Amino acid sequence: MSFPWAKPYEPQHPLMKWMDEKLPIPRLVYNATGPGYPVPRNLNYFWNFGVLAGAALMIQIITGIILAMHYAANVGVAFNSVEHIMRDVNAGWFIRYAHMNGASMFFIVVYLHIFRGLYYGSYKAPREMVWLLGVVIFLLMMATAFMGYVLPWGQMSFWGAQVITGFFSAIPIVGEPVRQWLLGGFVPDNATLNRFFSLHYLLPFVILGVIILHIWALHIPGSNNPTGIEVKDEQDTVPFHPYYTAKDGFGLGVFLLVFVALTFFSPNMLGHADNYIPANSLSTPAHIVPEWYFLPFYAILKAFTFNFLWIDAKLWGVIAMFASIALLFFLPWLDSSPVKSTTYRPLYRWFFWVLVADVLLLGVCGMMPAEQPWVILSQLGSIYYFAHFLVILPIVSRIERPLPMPNSITEAVLAKHAPDAASVPAAA
Amino acid sequence: MVRPLGFLVGLGFITALVLAIFTTPLKNEPNVAYSFVKEPRHLKLASDGLVPHWDKAQLQRGMQVYKEVCSACHSLNLVAFRNIQDLGYTEGQVKTFAKGFQVPSINPDTGEVATRDGLASDHFPAPYANEVAARAANNNAIPPDLSLITKAREGGKDYIYSLLTGYQNPPANLPAELKPGTGLHYNPYFPNLNLAMAKPLNDGQVTYADGTKASVDQMAKDVTAFLVWTAEPKLVKRVQVGWAVFFFLLIFTVLAYLSYRNIWADKKH
Repeated sequence: MSFPWAKPYEPQHPLMKWMDEKLPIPRLVYNATGPGYPVPRNLNYFWNFGVLAGAALMIQIITGIILAMHYAANVGVAFNSVEHIMRDVNAGWFIRYAHMNGASMFFIVVYLHIFRGLYYGSYKAPREMVWLLGVVIFLLMMATAFMGYVLPWGQMSFWGAQVITGFFSAIPIVGEPVRQWLLGGFVPDNATLNRFFSLHYLLPFVILGVIILHIWALHIPGSNNPTGIEVKDEQDTVPFHPYYTAKDGFGLGVFLLVFVALTFFSPNMLGHADNYIPANSLSTPAHIVPEWYFLPFYAILKAFTFNFLWIDAKLWGVIAMFASIALLFFLPWLDSSPVKSTTYRPLYRWFFWVLVADVLLLGVCGMMPAEQPWVILSQLGSIYYFAHFLVILPIVSRIERPLPMPNSITEAVLAKHAPDAASVPAAA
Repeated sequence: MVRPLGFLVGLGFITALVLAIFTTPLKNEPNVAYSFVKEPRHLKLASDGLVPHWDKAQLQRGMQVYKEVCSACHSLNLVAFRNIQDLGYTEGQVKTFAKGFQVPSINPDTGEVATRDGLASDHFPAPYANEVAARAANNNAIPPDLSLITKAREGGKDYIYSLLTGYQNPPANLPAELKPGTGLHYNPYFPNLNLAMAKPLNDGQVTYADGTKASVDQMAKDVTAFLVWTAEPKLVKRVQVGWAVFFFLLIFTVLAYLSYRNIWADKKH
């Protein structure tokens, strides 16, 4: 579905006409990312990150397939096979570092994409399904990234697998059998490494499938925009191509510049030294930390230190950690405000920025050892995290009085360009 | 329905966290060892930074230190003799160097365990046949493989350099429980303060072919530089390729920006 004024696909060349009759892929592309898809004209740079996340996934899939040609998923040789890639495979060091840092770049753009959605209310009707599928993608990414980190079979791979699969043992009665079933043994071993490799290869293609659904669901109502006002007529939109293909091309260039700087100039900055030590089940690292993109959730896990209501602290932590992501599934119904864009939400705006600061604080706490003041900071940070989504947001969305909003996207755009733009309140 | 239930769930988590705050002591258990551990000293090498190069003379000296000192206990499993052509040796020199090592083999006629002269394709042979032998010879501590050591330790090359030059007598105010036990040696750069490796370098321990004075500091620098190379032989190439890719993409990005501005020139947004 699209807007009535969307430019119809009219193949001119006989070959394209022939193709359109047999298998209308050019029509699909034309209507999905070509001139046949009208997009709000006022998208800002934060709308680049969806395309960038797609680019990051493709980079991960391509580098990953090449790595799999040289990697051996066996505990006896996995570590050295990675070093073989780094030393002996042609440009192997580049492929491996690109894959390693590509995961970080993927999470950076996805986190920006998620916070963009939070700020501009992209999770609200009519885009709830887009948001729900996005949370599914986020969960799949976390699983894929975790299993990928286990593959080099270094110390942090092994102990990370030990700690994360250990979450399941917190479940009463069935926890330990479930954990052993997941690991294929009592501790992470060859069975674990093999199944993680298999799943690490599978899941990116599942992600790709859910991304197609995510984009499909998006194309039904069309993109949200910084005003949060739905498209009303043709002058509110521009065709995706060439307007947003050009803008995404520039965004892709900036993304790749950052990616290249990280990959070539500081490839180990976001990693852990311990993962260059081969896995050793008899030697526990002094400080087991997950990859940076898991740190806020790890801080929530560690914040629960008290056995409350017959549930012990560890199980509280595990439940809270999963809940901290699962609550995102309910976000479209927790926030009842009809106003999407935080630009017009004077009260919620404060809480949004506190949430950003809170997640960053939790990230720092997750990195630190279980010592004061980091324990109390992660407890306070976790309190705010849950309070924000489950208590504050539902209340704020009820009591808040939104700012006056323009009548249409075009009105907002023209007001911004009016000679006395300063006199038009909050129309940016 | 979602909002009242969410509210209750939220209150549950918040209550558990508030109780956790009030039951967690605000003071850390004191850790005396922390106050004696020192931050590593910075070591500047030619391979640092954004325009790195290999100081081949230094890498050759470092390899000499590894061969004459470290290799008595530490393996270098990931490095092949052929790799040391990077350090400025010719193919002939590499073959001769390899020949100087005996590597494990089998007798081609009887199948019995034997040794043979090293070939350029062989890796540096390990000093111990297995972990048990390594433990038995080293007071139950396994000397780690050095191939990746500068990447495998917090602090990297600075840590290795500081550790090699950091051996000293324990300070007088060191509590008794932190004093080095039998077979352990005090070094404030080591996270546990006491390690099984004895001071490995002493002035004049090796004789450099290029006449450089073999002070402890010099040898530590050289061998650390060598271990930076063993940890990542492609380091210099990596940064050089990085600049080429970066400038290529910079031009792409500028062109992409100009075409973006051009296409949007007639659209207010």
